[in-house]
Amino acid sequence: MPFFEAIRLALQQIWVQKLKSFFTLLGVMIGVTFLIAVVSIVGGMSAYMTDQVVGKIMAVNSFELRHRPNIQLGDHSEERRRELNRRPRIRETDVAPVAVALPEGVKYAVVGQDNLTAQSRYVARPKNLLIFTVSEDYFDIKKMAPARGRLFSPQEFERGMEVIVIGQDVADFFFPSLDPVGRELTIRGIPYLVVGVMEKQGSAFGISFDKFVIAPHKSPLNRFVNVHGVIDAIMIQTPSREGMLAAMESVRQVMRARHHLRPNQKDDFELETSDSALEFWNKIKGYLVIAGVALPAIGLVVGAIVIMNIMLVAVAERTREIGIRKSLGAKRRDIMSQFLVESATLSTIGAALGVATGFAFAKVIAFVTPLPAAVELWSVLVGISIGAGVGILAGVYPASRASRLDPITALRAE
Amino acid sequence: MSTQTVEAPLGMTAERQAVVEGAGTAPGKDWVIVTRGIKREYDMGGEIVRALRGVDLAIMRNEYVAIMGPSGSGKSTLMNVIGCLDTPNAGEYWLNGTQVSKMSDDQLARVRNKEIGFVFQTFNLLPRATALHNVELPLVYAGVPSVERKRRAKEALERVQLGERMDHRPNELSGGQRQRVAIARALVNNPSILLADEPTGNLDSNTSEEIMRVFESLADQGQTVIMVTHEPDIAAHARRVVVLRDGLVASDDRRSSFVEKLGIATPQL
Repeated sequence: MPFFEAIRLALQQIWVQKLKSFFTLLGVMIGVTFLIAVVSIVGGMSAYMTDQVVGKIMAVNSFELRHRPNIQLGDHSEERRRELNRRPRIRETDVAPVAVALPEGVKYAVVGQDNLTAQSRYVARPKNLLIFTVSEDYFDIKKMAPARGRLFSPQEFERGMEVIVIGQDVADFFFPSLDPVGRELTIRGIPYLVVGVMEKQGSAFGISFDKFVIAPHKSPLNRFVNVHGVIDAIMIQTPSREGMLAAMESVRQVMRARHHLRPNQKDDFELETSDSALEFWNKIKGYLVIAGVALPAIGLVVGAIVIMNIMLVAVAERTREIGIRKSLGAKRRDIMSQFLVESATLSTIGAALGVATGFAFAKVIAFVTPLPAAVELWSVLVGISIGAGVGILAGVYPASRASRLDPITALRAE
Repeated sequence: MSTQTVEAPLGMTAERQAVVEGAGTAPGKDWVIVTRGIKREYDMGGEIVRALRGVDLAIMRNEYVAIMGPSGSGKSTLMNVIGCLDTPNAGEYWLNGTQVSKMSDDQLARVRNKEIGFVFQTFNLLPRATALHNVELPLVYAGVPSVERKRRAKEALERVQLGERMDHRPNELSGGQRQRVAIARALVNNPSILLADEPTGNLDSNTSEEIMRVFESLADQGQTVIMVTHEPDIAAHARRVVVLRDGLVASDDRRSSFVEKLGIATPQL
């Protein structure tokens, strides 16, 4: 029997018993729903971690020289923690040797960061803010632009003047319904002139990226942020990804020499890239994907058993039909393929419905949570082919029983 | 009544005897069915039932034969063997010049598809398929492409005067119409023999007559028809009557002598 004919017949059979067919394919449908939903959510979280979390903190093709990692996902062992605490800080005096070692065209910025309390005359309550002191290339590297006002001028950088740019949340908090540009914010007793409000940076896991104050590196704030000539990071950005690895190696050599490390000693500083920040996430993602495959697998096994049972019932119910077909010249192969195609079609429909509900599920999650759920094409294809495969596997035994029926006995059935 | 089959010699004539005795050799091309000493035994829970105990039968092309016998005489078993639904334990069965008694299941399926058209007592139509689709089925298994299949199925339905009702399902048709659909299905692949098993068993006498007229006209057109029945007045429509008793051929007569013997009225055809 031609394949197309068999499919048509299968669909007809499924349509005749809509409700029964639906319950039959429910197991496969649920399995595939979970597969699609989990893969979409993991995919969405992955995109979220890469673009929203790490991407907001780290700039493109950039790495940061720090004494220990900045982005900390997950726990460390006691040993690791002690090792991190023993590390020497990166100092102001490291900047020049590192800068000299960098190839042509590479940008760098000195970054200091700390939490300090700020106050404005418009709001009674003081507030703790994340304060950065940065050198000139910082805004360029981070691709940050002001929404209102301006960035610092070279003179302001050079002379370390009392000017700041602030994040959107800071503006909303300290200058309610006022234009912050041209007004002052007092930090540790010194008033700073707000020259710009930066574009909104967004948030991750409900933590806003807009609660910051940025001042020039040499401004008076530096004394509070970078105590005793210590700096938090040197941010380095290369024009290309390949250049980044070379630049990282140069910086590593300079820092090892400056820290007098012997060849058998490990680095006592961190060269943090977005990849290294994502390392922990990738580990979690691995477990999630395993769970995301294992749970649907249970659904699919149950689905397969249900389909096998229903197909066995179908063979018993349709014994006479099998007898008629055999008397008219159907070979074993014809009967076998008829039932195989039927169970494969049934379960493929289940898988397709599962893809649809999984997709809907992912959309609901994307709507309710900040996670963007991304339905990936490969999971749709895998879901549907698994569905077809389950149907064929579950159909083999019932179909071969049907094909081996004796035509005389089958014709006498009922 | 124009065919010469009516005039052909019947019973175990010398000619038939010769055909039946030529064990291992293919009969001439005029012989559609030749069985030589066919035996069929069943094991019914330790007890051996000998349904056929050596049936010799030779049927020529264009014959219209009724196989009769009381229940338990082996006529159903013989019909299954002739219809290639069953294989004998011993003996030879030649269908259309090929020995089919030693064929595999799939080879038998092919023979059923090409050589045999079944008409059953209970019609055996697929209940959810239209008349047209039911008639198409043998062509599906013969691998005929869809367009030609439809055309030939329509032709076959028109031959049994059902051209108007081909989109109806079996439950929308009367018993006689269902049996005519079954006949159309049996004929659609131009089989060597039309094999009917109690074709009027589920029909009232008027409808039975109607079906018998269809068989008669098919036989007139040259179709070989073999009909298994236990009703003498149905068997009386055939031109040759083979009677089985206890798994053996008890008599093999021309219709006229059969009718005379039983003293039943000659059917009005």
